[in-house]
Amino acid sequence: MSTTTAESSAPVKKDSVKAPRRARRRGENTLAGSLVSHGVLIAASVIALFPIAWLVYLSLGPDKDDYLHPGDIWGKMSFDNYSFVLQHTEFFNWLKSSLIVTLGTTAIGVLIAATTGYAVSRMRFPGYKKFMWILLVTQMFPVAVLMVPMYQILSDLKLVDNYFGLVLVYCTTVVPYSAWLLKGYFDTIPFEIDEAGRVDGLTPFGTFLRLILPLAKPGIAVAAFYNFLTAFSEVAFASTFMLSDDKYTLAVGLQSFVSEHDAQRNLMAATAVLIAIPAALFFYLVQKNLVTGLTAGGTKG
Amino acid sequence: MTVAIDRATGKRRGDHEPRPGLGRRLKRGYQKHWYAYVMIAPVAVVLGVLVVYPLVYGFYLTLTDANSLNTARTIGVNHIDATYQFIGLDNYADILWGPTAYDRFWSHFIWTIVWTAACVALHYTIGLGLALLLNQKLRGRTLYRLVLVLPWAVPTFVTVFGWRFMLADGGVINSALDALHLPTPLWLEDTFWQRFAAIMVNTWCGVPFMMISLLGGLQAIDASLYEAAEMDGASAWQRFRYVTLPGLRSVSSTVVLLGIIWTFNQFAVIFLLFGNTAPDAQILVTWAYYLGFGQQPRDFAQSAAYGMLLLAILIVFTSFYRRWLNRNEQQLAI
Repeated sequence: MSTTTAESSAPVKKDSVKAPRRARRRGENTLAGSLVSHGVLIAASVIALFPIAWLVYLSLGPDKDDYLHPGDIWGKMSFDNYSFVLQHTEFFNWLKSSLIVTLGTTAIGVLIAATTGYAVSRMRFPGYKKFMWILLVTQMFPVAVLMVPMYQILSDLKLVDNYFGLVLVYCTTVVPYSAWLLKGYFDTIPFEIDEAGRVDGLTPFGTFLRLILPLAKPGIAVAAFYNFLTAFSEVAFASTFMLSDDKYTLAVGLQSFVSEHDAQRNLMAATAVLIAIPAALFFYLVQKNLVTGLTAGGTKG
Repeated sequence: MTVAIDRATGKRRGDHEPRPGLGRRLKRGYQKHWYAYVMIAPVAVVLGVLVVYPLVYGFYLTLTDANSLNTARTIGVNHIDATYQFIGLDNYADILWGPTAYDRFWSHFIWTIVWTAACVALHYTIGLGLALLLNQKLRGRTLYRLVLVLPWAVPTFVTVFGWRFMLADGGVINSALDALHLPTPLWLEDTFWQRFAAIMVNTWCGVPFMMISLLGGLQAIDASLYEAAEMDGASAWQRFRYVTLPGLRSVSSTVVLLGIIWTFNQFAVIFLLFGNTAPDAQILVTWAYYLGFGQQPRDFAQSAAYGMLLLAILIVFTSFYRRWLNRNEQQLAI
């Protein structure tokens, strides 16, 4: 639907605006050039789409060896795998823990990343450079160094096998990048807005909450998206820190499913598709802001 | 108080009077910047407790011979105390120069470098190409963008799982190659093809991030620059070379650095694609994880030592990268 309106409006606008000034310049390579562009983009889209579409298709085949004879699935498609997964596994428990952990990480992560990003964007305090360097370096920490010590700290704090513990662990991985991302976005918001707020008697926190945050929605959306996806698809920490199987996240659940229903590839495919749905939904909620939010800061340099 | 907020450009204002004593300076700094510190406090606390402390502890572990047989643990009701010992830098020496060091470390190291370079180069070129295409006035470009970003929107463990189906012996890729009478490699068993498949899957997963970032960078380039270049008779290639690339420089230097760091530490793709079945296709991160968690007895000390080496490599690289950027009078956006 939206594409048809775009098609009808875009050329008109282009002709009316561009025609008087540089009529030929951009028009010269239009036909051949746009054919090539469309060709490349369609090929790339197919490559991007195919593995996922194929997984969806395979998940519709009812027998466990159907993935070896994909042609046969077409004739006997059914949703049996899905109903089996939903009725006979812990899927909803996994979904619940995944959502608790993921939404917790998103909320807490975005909140503290936003205050941090604002602080480093607007204020030059002693230790500023070191702090930015630390934010960058934390992204370099390999899983293997932190896993054992983190486990010990969490067990000392009685946070192993606890949603909040996992949320905290995820915050350490998502916050540095989100803070850096948001700093870039805050940098693009004119400084005069802060000054106006200060003149009108707002505290720094008030300026941040009432003026800057509402203006930074695209940046916030991207940070939220990044946090959500990272927390949602993390495997290594989740499988080490969540011990009881009713607290597994979906990522760990799928792994346990692999061993439990060995070689039941059809059921695994169905589970994988079900897991992808919440992530994709969230993604399409925020995708409008993705382009502006992601590089706003980087472009300034 | 009003001096505290400062332009993002970092010019300090009103800072030229003679330097007061240390106590005064500290007090003044505190008064001037206390809300900056309050705002970064949560992050500083969380990172300090859950990253810096574990890092120090992890470094201590690398100086011992800790493994899962001699660390403190509780079996049932019995608590067994740790019995591992301090052995100094032996772990590092063993990893770097010990017997079979080539098989254990250097081969993985070379492969990690190849993997990082290949993946980031592919991510960047494909991402830039697609971003350039999407930056044109083109019918349905919103739709293309939505589809092209899909590999990023779906969690990695789901997509890697889908790729395993496709790469399996009787999977769709080999069936297609077979139908075209091309050779059908054993993607998940043969070392060379394992590496090839890993790079392919990671490229597929990583392009959308580059594409969207560079698209944002392209859209921020002032259109009047292109008009001026056209007026001066610049060809399409010259416009790309002398307007687009310089305009993208700061975005590029940032995303390439992030890409290198993330690819170097890319755990999920290789781990989920091969599990423990591909000892030769493991990059250093997955290899370190295997040493610490994938084998019995778990070798915590060596695993952590690998981790420290990884971190050291990245920090050294990043310092040089920053220095190199600074020499070219660019500022990293970080």
